[in-house]
Formats: sequence, C-alpha cells, structure tokens
Amino acid sequence: MKRRDIVQKLGFSALFACMAANIVFLGGIVFFIAARGLGSINWAFLTQAPRDSMTAGGVAPVIAGTFYLTLGAIIFALPLGVASAIYLTEYSPRGWIVNLLRISINNLAGVPSVVFGLFGLTVFVKYMGFGVSILSGSLTLGILALPVIISASQEALTAVPQSIREASLALGATQWETIRRVVLPAALPGILTGVILSVGRVAGETAPILFTAAAFYVKGYPHSIFSEVMALPYHIYALMTEGTHPEEQTRIAYASSLLLLALVLSVSMLAIYIRARQRKTYNA
Amino acid sequence: MLNQDPGSKAAGGNFPPAPVKAPVGINMNSMGEADLFGTEPKISARGVNFYYGQKRALNGITIDFSPRRVTAIIGPSGCGKSTFIRLLNRMNELVPGSRLEGEILLDGLDILSPACDAAELRKRVGMVFQKPNPFPKTVFENIAYGLEVNGVTDKHLIEERVVDSLKKAALWDEIKDRLKDSALGLSGGQQQRLCIARCLAVSPEVILFDEPCASLDPISTAKIEELILTLKKEYTIVIVTHNMQQAARVSDNTAFFLMGDLIEVGRTDKIFKAPRDKRTEDYITGRFG
Repeated sequence: MKRRDIVQKLGFSALFACMAANIVFLGGIVFFIAARGLGSINWAFLTQAPRDSMTAGGVAPVIAGTFYLTLGAIIFALPLGVASAIYLTEYSPRGWIVNLLRISINNLAGVPSVVFGLFGLTVFVKYMGFGVSILSGSLTLGILALPVIISASQEALTAVPQSIREASLALGATQWETIRRVVLPAALPGILTGVILSVGRVAGETAPILFTAAAFYVKGYPHSIFSEVMALPYHIYALMTEGTHPEEQTRIAYASSLLLLALVLSVSMLAIYIRARQRKTYNA
Repeated sequence: MLNQDPGSKAAGGNFPPAPVKAPVGINMNSMGEADLFGTEPKISARGVNFYYGQKRALNGITIDFSPRRVTAIIGPSGCGKSTFIRLLNRMNELVPGSRLEGEILLDGLDILSPACDAAELRKRVGMVFQKPNPFPKTVFENIAYGLEVNGVTDKHLIEERVVDSLKKAALWDEIKDRLKDSALGLSGGQQQRLCIARCLAVSPEVILFDEPCASLDPISTAKIEELILTLKKEYTIVIVTHNMQQAARVSDNTAFFLMGDLIEVGRTDKIFKAPRDKRTEDYITGRFG
C-alpha cells in the first residue's frame, strides 16, 4: 500500500472514531436516563398529580405546565420571528445597519438563558405586572426562542432561489404576493426546522422560567395564563435540590427526565415528518 | 421599422418594414388600431443608458420592436443583451444600485414613469427566463398562479385558461394527465414550455425570451423555436440568444449588441447576409464572441 493510501485510511478511521464517540455519548444519555427512569413510568405517573410532598403520584400537571409554556412561547415567537426574518431578507435595504441587526440577532442566541430569566423577571413579572405566571414564562421563553427562529427562517428564505421570485414578479405579482404565495411556501420546511430546534430548547430550559413562571409545587392544574406552574425541567431541579426524601425524589426525577426527553424527541419527530412531507411535494 | 436614429452608432439604415400578412387569430384586446399595419412600434427604447453602480452597462440604446414580429438580440457574453431585455419589463430595477436613463415606450406610453405600475406592466410584458423556473407547485398551480394574482377568481375560467395555455405552449398532449403532479418532475424542456404557458396565461402582449434554450437539449430547443414561430402571430416577441443559428431561424429582425452598444439592427436576412458594420460581420462569421 502506498503512503498516501495509508494516510487516507488513517484519516477516515479518525473521522469514524469521532462520529462513533458521538453516538456513544448520545446513546449513553438515553440509555442511562431510560435505565433509571423507565421503571417508574406507568399510566398513573402520567395521569396523576404529585402526592405526599412529591414523593409519590405522577407528573400530569407538570407535563401540562411544560406544554402551556412551550405553546405560549411558540405562539409568541413564531409569527414575530418569521415576520422579522421576512423583513430582513426580503424588504430591508442592504447596508451596515441591517448587517449589524443580523449579527446582533445571532449573538442573542448565545446569551446565557439565566440572563433571559432575569430580563423576564424585571420586565414581564414586575414592570408589566404579569406576576410569576405562564404568561411571563412564555414571553421569556419566546424571546429566548426568537434568535433561533429568526436565523433559521432567514436561512430558509435566502435558500429560495431568486429565479422563482423573478418568475412570480414577471407574471405581474406584487412583492407581497410573491412572498406570501411563492417564497414562504418554499421556505416553510426550513422554517419548520427552526421551530423544531426552538421547541426543543424552550421545553428543556430551566433558567428562564426559574423566576418567571415555575413553582416548586402547585396544587392541581394551571387554570389561567396568570397561574404559576410546575414545568418538567424545573420539577427535576426541584426534586433533586429540595425536599426531604431524596431516594423517592431521585427516582421521580429520572422518570421526569426520561419523559422530558421523550416529549422533546416526539415533537421533533413530528416536525421532521411534516418537513419531509413538504419536501416530497416540492421536489417530486 | 427599426432604429431610425441616423445619429446613433447603429448603422442599420432604413429598412422597409417587413410585409405584414393578414393577421391571423389576433388577440384583439392586445392591440391598438395602428398595430394592424405594423407601422407603430410596440416597444421603443430611446437613448437608454443603464448603470450597475458606477459601471455603465448600456450606452444610449435606441431601438424599436414591431408588433407581431420576432426580434432577436445577439452578441457575445457581457454585451448587455440580457441587461437590456430585462429593462423592458423593469426586472432590472430589482438590482440594488442600478440606474436607468432614457425612455422606454410601450404603445407610446412611458413605462419608466412613476404612473406606470411595474406589476401592471409585467402583466402586459411577459418574460421567459434562461433557466426554466417553475414554482415548486403542481403543473396546474403554476399556470393558475398568474391568473390568481391578477384577480381571476372564477374556478371554471381558471381551468379553461390553464388548458388553453398548455395547448398554446404545445404541452397539453404530453402532460394533460399530470396536472396535479409537481412541475419540478417535468423534463427541462417541458419545464420551459410550462414557463411559456404560465406566461401566456396572463395574456401578455409582449413576450421577452432571455436565452430560453440555453439549458436545453436540441430536441427541446427545436420545440421551443417552433413554438416561438407560432406565437409571433399574436405576440410581439423579443428573444436574446447566444446562438446565431437560432436567431436566423426564428427572428424577423436582429439586433447586434457589443460592449453595451447597439451596433446594428435590421432584417434578419440582411444582417446575416450583408451586415453593414465590420464588427457585426466579424461576430457573425465567428471571428470573435
């Protein structure tokens, strides 16, 4: 074998090893959580409220809390994010101001989430008077999700070939009709990717809801957007750091973690499925 | 009549207008009274300069396009022929930093004036692009789209126009069973004819072809050329092409562009057999370009 063939073999092996390491880590997490959590998951766990100072019972209201918070965040961030992305890619004049805006948005994605939490506490909870509530938490999580949604949408919009924009304009469509009827549908799969990523992030975030929405224990289900809620990530944190029965609580924490993981994965799966179907229609 | 400006660099001279045959199957709403005799130009450009930023791409272009004639614009890459054709439906105003001087008249009305709505103009002056660019939608939706954005809501009328357009574009027989399929599944040549059908659906008066066969195989090219010859009975056609044989085959008049100048314009047979300008002759005989 020639030297360069050996070098090539070594290169490929190194790349494969890195990829394999990844799978080991990812698989490890799933396996570890599942091994400790799976035993505690049953129908009662999914449908009942916590009992006996959170050492027994289920997590149904906690799941509901996470669901409301995530839904609220997406309802708030999706239209805002997509609209901003459309403005930035389709309408805004090219220039340094827009570039600065774009860079700022990307940087926003790197801001630690606890900072968003503090912002939410100051603005939504206190200044706007929403209190510690689903509303405050959703808005805070929404702001956290915005940069992800905006940059994914921008990317998706930029990827739509200029030639079909021209085709639409050349038929006498206005720019708005072109965006609404040609560009947006073509960019939708990419935008959905952004939403997938942000749903995953939003559902799993603890710090932003720490001061704005989450409670250690709330009796029953949330009944309005101004209710305090329990949410899965914070519930796990609370179970592991507070309370008087560490063994029982740890068991429930692992089950909750597994649940959170499954929840995020299934949301992603759903979105990936929608995206794949979209692609099929568009690239027959 | 083409290019009557004796002061311009174009040494086209005074060509008699091509003889007008009795108009067959004319789209009545697309023509004024004067067009019947082919004397009034459908489109005229007067002293058009165009700049991309600081770079000047067109120098004082003055040219007329007769109704129901095919005018070919030929010239080497970068001569400004595509730039020019994209001015006729104001497509180039989308280019940031571009600037246009001069006058472009459609039926005598200035298309550059603020009173002229670009979307309305583009409805009358359709365009077929270099690469087939169907929407990522079904065949039917591709054609219905132009009608819908122009306010046609009657489902039956839309259906009728879709079928009509496909027939006119010589595509109906091939894809009548595939109207609900994605347009992206068609072959390149079919896609380009679909783009032509899409353009025809909104009943334009002028069709601009910007190198429509550049990415097509010879058989598809032949079909498109045949189609252009049929379409000229009803439409004013301007076609930009790299391919001189194509210009000779499909056009009545030919304009030769070189480095942003219109060098010569006239009847196609004259341009190809007896060009007046040395540069036209050099290009046509393949000495450069």
